[in-house]
Amino acid sequence: MPEIRNYTLNFGPQHPAAHGVLRLVLEMDGEVVDRADPHIGLLHRGTEKLAESKPYNQTIGYMDRLDYVSMMCNEHGYVLAIEKLLGIEVPERAQYIRVMFDEVTRILNHLMWIGAHGLDVGAMSMFLYAFREREDLMDCYEAVSGARLHATYYRPGGVARDLPDTMPQYEASRFRSKAEASKQNEARQGSLLDFLEDFTNRFPGCVDEYETLLTDNRIWKQRLVGIGVVSPERALQLGFSGAMLRGSGVEWDLRKKQPYEVYDRMKFDIPVGTDGDCYDRYLVRMEEMRQSNNIIKQCIEWLRKNSGPVITEDHKIAPPRRAEMKGDMESLIHHFKLFTEGFCLPAGEAYAAIEHPKGEFGCYLVSDGANKPYRLKVRAPGFYHMASFDEMVRGHMLSDVVAVIGTQDIVFGEVDR
Amino acid sequence: MNQSNLKSQIAGLESLAGIKELVTDVGEVTAVVEPDNLIEVATALRDQHGYEQLMDICAVDYSQYGVDEWETGGSGFSRGVSGNSVGRLSFGDEAPAYDSDEPRFAAVYQLLSISKNRRLRLKVFAQDNEFPVVPSVCEIWSSANWPEREAFDLMGVHFDGHPDLRRLLTDYGFVGHPFRKDFPLIGNVEMRYDPQKKRVIYEPVTIEPRVLVPRVIRSTTRRADEPETNAEEEGNN
Repeated sequence: MPEIRNYTLNFGPQHPAAHGVLRLVLEMDGEVVDRADPHIGLLHRGTEKLAESKPYNQTIGYMDRLDYVSMMCNEHGYVLAIEKLLGIEVPERAQYIRVMFDEVTRILNHLMWIGAHGLDVGAMSMFLYAFREREDLMDCYEAVSGARLHATYYRPGGVARDLPDTMPQYEASRFRSKAEASKQNEARQGSLLDFLEDFTNRFPGCVDEYETLLTDNRIWKQRLVGIGVVSPERALQLGFSGAMLRGSGVEWDLRKKQPYEVYDRMKFDIPVGTDGDCYDRYLVRMEEMRQSNNIIKQCIEWLRKNSGPVITEDHKIAPPRRAEMKGDMESLIHHFKLFTEGFCLPAGEAYAAIEHPKGEFGCYLVSDGANKPYRLKVRAPGFYHMASFDEMVRGHMLSDVVAVIGTQDIVFGEVDR
Repeated sequence: MNQSNLKSQIAGLESLAGIKELVTDVGEVTAVVEPDNLIEVATALRDQHGYEQLMDICAVDYSQYGVDEWETGGSGFSRGVSGNSVGRLSFGDEAPAYDSDEPRFAAVYQLLSISKNRRLRLKVFAQDNEFPVVPSVCEIWSSANWPEREAFDLMGVHFDGHPDLRRLLTDYGFVGHPFRKDFPLIGNVEMRYDPQKKRVIYEPVTIEPRVLVPRVIRSTTRRADEPETNAEEEGNN
């Protein structure tokens, strides 16, 4: 009789299904996982330590790079913590813009997730479809901030600037004929709001397309139904949040339960799963995309009707306009002080949490009254999901490991920080 | 969170034995607990007060708290270029030793009650500054496992009773606890591939430390709950 023995399998860090740099040490019993030990930290950059050596404003850019597929939501959590300690009000229009871009970001994130998750499980074409729509949303990022990914658009006290009246256009090149470019530019003739409105009208159809490909797909269901089941009790114990918690049937969404900005004025539903398996989490996220689409529509409607300032008029926090600086000594001083020294926060501590596409993204800020944070701790939702990985894959097959990584929606920028 | 919810939360916590101090600031409640009482308090909070979820654990090093590099009070400003904050330490520099009797390390727990829709912050100061130890809450909330490992790795706070207290984020074989205030921002070693030795080697860092903005503490009176002083301040400026 041949000797049966367990063996240890090394997975990653360079593996297409590892979603970046995950090293898994798997103890296998045949094809079944006995124990999984994720080794993380390969992307650890010490963001929190770097923040301690920089004025508050200069850390916003680092926040983008945490979860690099939902950039503006990270900024939002950080900026909210600062605002909480400062005790300042954000203009209403800025709050609507933030909510709108949070939801744009949520769709961006979920599109990345469905693309990568599909690819991992074997639905290659999902990736291509998802990236088609992501392109449009990244154009919105570009229009509003100049950068397609790392926007640095949210600022303490509001957002960097008002929504633009024009959209960036495609240019004809060796790879794109004039006719092709003008066809792509059709929707980009008006303002950002026009473009986004056109997108929100198109997008539910796109989600239908994805669902046609996946929801009733036999292979998709075989790979996801009953895999990585987490009971609601365990989900709470393990510190789950976001779609991972809702997939297990716990109705909890910070946008509804502890509303920030203008979420209390938005009409939307929270999708909740029943079984807590990968398939339920898939359904929850698909529905979240539709709900986000509705929220964007409501924001566009309000933003069209109401104008106003988008950042606080308190020039100790936000720089004065350049035109003012040319003629006004005080504005010049404010500008100089703000960019050479920054602003000081009152001593104290605050924890601000937002409903990030992946779960609860929190920033715990300790200030001793200086112009730099004394300690910044980022509560990344993916970190806790990754921590439960061992429990979720135990007893599953090796191929399910990939499905569980996909369903957790792991991004190493935030797990490692 | 609204005011009545906050009041009932505080009222509920006041009856709980083992809490040394209750602080309410910016609408958030912080309970300071002695390490010896932590397990008892945490169990009671989970079972009787409905804090089902432990959202986060953060270790804080208080050794440089309130230390600035730039004098702005009195007559005239100092240059603001000297100081020994972490950002200015280079390889071989000794950070000033911490010789205060005040506890240096704290572990901060963010709790969330889904049933009652509240948050609570627990703060535990480790007694020993040389070898800070705090009891592990892994048995109470499973989610404490990785954040405790992280706090141990980055800050060197030991969690007594943790099932598997290994380093989590830093490199294999890393020496030191990088998030401590006496650990230089640029690090101690850098890594490169040596073509002669045909392997990766570690060398002392060659990066020049630089701090572009000095750390300065200014007293501000701005807070939403102090509207009068706030308005006065703006008027003066």
